[in-house]
Amino acid sequence: MEATNTHDIDIKKHVRTYVLVFVSLLALTLVTVTVSYLHLEMRAAIFVALTIATVKGSLVACYFMHLISEKRLIYSTLILTAFFFVVLMWLPLFAHSNPIIYKNVP
Amino acid sequence: MEIPYTVTPRPETGLFNAKAGIWLFLASEVMLFGALFTTYILLRVGAVVWPHGELDVPLATVNTAVLISSSITMVMAWASLKMNDFKKYRRYMGLTILLGICFLIIKGFEYAHHFASGELPNKSTFLAIYFTLTGLHGLHVIGGMIVNSYFWGPGSRMWKTEPERFTNRIEVAGLYWHFVDLVWIFLFPVLYLL
Repeated sequence: MEATNTHDIDIKKHVRTYVLVFVSLLALTLVTVTVSYLHLEMRAAIFVALTIATVKGSLVACYFMHLISEKRLIYSTLILTAFFFVVLMWLPLFAHSNPIIYKNVP
Repeated sequence: MEIPYTVTPRPETGLFNAKAGIWLFLASEVMLFGALFTTYILLRVGAVVWPHGELDVPLATVNTAVLISSSITMVMAWASLKMNDFKKYRRYMGLTILLGICFLIIKGFEYAHHFASGELPNKSTFLAIYFTLTGLHGLHVIGGMIVNSYFWGPGSRMWKTEPERFTNRIEVAGLYWHFVDLVWIFLFPVLYLL
């Protein structure tokens, strides 16, 4: 019985964290929308919007998906995925900056 | 024959099998959406002009709040099971499903407005990638809602016979649902704000 009570207290602590994360996510959504109405220069706008989105995404992954306390297999899988994801994101920029293609464009 | 490691963790991984499985599936999903995000970057970088301010930001902001809310109700559904409170689980899972429906209805309004204005996917590269990304995301929401509805209704009978296994199932369904939320968190600024 005592073990169950300790377990319940642990979960209740988690619940408090979930509520805090939820409020933070809503607040960050409002921040990102407000910043978009400031009409920043495009590079700054991209930086701010993606930084806020990354923070929000990290909160969801770390707390709602419990990534903050997961097993090694999951971390290994995600590190590999993140590596290929970054490569994928850079591909169009490599293509765009390829001098061979752009030299031949009339 | 009994399926092994549905409750107890597999010694080699420290995870029950379904959890290892869902994370591998989510890794493949990251690459699927990653490919489409890459397509978006390629189209945008190569475009001479890119439309801005054509989408309904306030409506999408409400939809973001709806999906974030559905994420907390989903995690609360799992936490309720962990605290042996099945009634609360049913309430939170029901709310998650309702919020999913709400998200799709708002998206439906947006789509209807686009179609009524003749803004179809074949009209511009922006609309093509917008409909592809949001359409694929919408299909994921529908998929998640089908699974969640099953666990809210007939699938919840397992709670009586195998409560731990059922709790693990909800954790796995939750991981998928949070991933769908996470994708929207990036889609929202990329498509609506930038």
